[in-house]
Amino acid sequence: MRFQGTVWKFGDSVDTDLIIPARFLNVSDSETLAKNCFADIRPGFMDMITPGDIIVAGKNFGAGSSREHAPLAIKGAGISVIIAESFARIFYRNAFNIGLPIVESAEAACSVEEGHVISIDISTGEIQDTHTGRRFFAKPLPDFMRQIVEAGGLVNYIKKS
Amino acid sequence: MSMTITGKILAHHSDLEHVSPGDLIEVRVDIALANDITAPLAIKVFNEVGNPEVFDREKIALIPDHFTPNKDINSAQQAKMMREFAIHHKIKHYYELGQGGIEHIILPEKGLVIPGDLVIGADSHTCTYGALGAFSSGVGSTDLGVIMATGTTWLKVPPTIKIEYKGEPSPLVRGKDLILFTLGILGVDGATYRALEFSGPVITGLPMAQRFTMTNMAVEAGAKNGIIEPDEITLAFVAQRSHRSPFVCTGDPGADYEKVLTIQVDELEPQIAFPHSPANVRPLSRVGDIRLDQVFIGSCTNGWLEDLRDAAAVLKGKTVAKGVRLIVLPGSQRIFREAIIEGIIQILLDAGAVIGPPSCGPCLGGHLGILAEGERALSTTNRNFIGRMGHPKSEVYLASPVIAAASAVLGSIGGPEEL
Repeated sequence: MRFQGTVWKFGDSVDTDLIIPARFLNVSDSETLAKNCFADIRPGFMDMITPGDIIVAGKNFGAGSSREHAPLAIKGAGISVIIAESFARIFYRNAFNIGLPIVESAEAACSVEEGHVISIDISTGEIQDTHTGRRFFAKPLPDFMRQIVEAGGLVNYIKKS
Repeated sequence: MSMTITGKILAHHSDLEHVSPGDLIEVRVDIALANDITAPLAIKVFNEVGNPEVFDREKIALIPDHFTPNKDINSAQQAKMMREFAIHHKIKHYYELGQGGIEHIILPEKGLVIPGDLVIGADSHTCTYGALGAFSSGVGSTDLGVIMATGTTWLKVPPTIKIEYKGEPSPLVRGKDLILFTLGILGVDGATYRALEFSGPVITGLPMAQRFTMTNMAVEAGAKNGIIEPDEITLAFVAQRSHRSPFVCTGDPGADYEKVLTIQVDELEPQIAFPHSPANVRPLSRVGDIRLDQVFIGSCTNGWLEDLRDAAAVLKGKTVAKGVRLIVLPGSQRIFREAIIEGIIQILLDAGAVIGPPSCGPCLGGHLGILAEGERALSTTNRNFIGRMGHPKSEVYLASPVIAAASAVLGSIGGPEEL
């Protein structure tokens, strides 16, 4: 599976309170959550981005609460994939469970700039920055995790298998 | 092959003789937990999976505590959805307002978790139950929804970081100070994917409430679970609350720890976490003049009766400083009642505290004490991220109930010896 989009850059330890503040957790549908994605640090994020865009972030992305509303808000806003130096444990599991692919690459997290158009193939782990021509190689996703993403999340994957 | 306590509990729940860090295993779940924020999504997933019945109506706990008593119409709808699901599936451990309280306090209080159990909850602070010598870890709603249908889940066996606390702690130091100091050393991702095991003579000397505070905040270092080997104090706590026989286990001599840290506590002062990270800690003597608008005592971290006792001991005969709002939410209905009987609530009221219902409430900026722009709070909770308790330009400092109570009287962050 290959994705291409414009990069939105974030720093270290972007926690789930920053991704979707708790005051917006009184609903659980991704459309409403998406409108408040990054409400306190990048208000109007959903309207700024083009569907398919890519988040590139530093260490420990998704730290904090177990709220699955966080990856749902990001996916609902139109982000296709997140690349980060590292992810918090519960966020990592949640993202795959709802069908949002996330990939760890310290090199890409460090080198890619906001506004660059990059492409990523999650089967091979190859990331390419079209502005600089630089290529990075993340660890490819294991087959079953790629299949969860392709199915659109864990529930659909279970139903298919 | 020797195993840690975490390894032994995981092996026991996957019917394996032995597990090693990195093994992917399927485990049986003893208690599956969700709250009014995470249950609605989990119920949706459960319904999509399509099983007509939950795996075991006695092994699921559904607790309204985050936005309850319902803060608005949407929250009321979410609480209603969980209530109706609980009624339909005859969920044994659904505790309505007036019977329960904060999830991570009432599960131990009602004896639902005992040593050796495996608990998975759709809440990151599910790691709290490690204080009972159980394996417990937080997941998201999809995982929980699938567990409600199947009673099983997959886990990767974590490596263990063991921390030994030695020496004689000062009378002002609590479990909260120990864990904040530890977070300062590890950082917010210093234990990611790891089991964090707390041990040593200081830990065996702690009452259960303070042990819960420590395992509760293991996730603030990114840990999968926090754990303390059960001892007489653990077994006495459980014996009063559960009739089940515990699976008591401890780590083998020579068990494989990824890292062992020793912390000498003799000189340790009370610790304060500064904005905007629980790992951004300073000792009390290096805090400086931090004026406060609000002090909050409560939450799954410090809403225990012992915590209220600590606050009352400091506040007895004192008055909350002008311009400071002191909010106290007991962790459960039972704790509230006992605090009344002991005279704690009277002391808090006389000091000028406002007492509210058991709820997570202000900890996550939900309700019952939201901060305005530019306001500063000292809180006994677990997180002080940007905007955690309200406006993104508000500030949250974390500390123990002892420091919180003293600071409420002083109007700025300080200890009881300054009163």
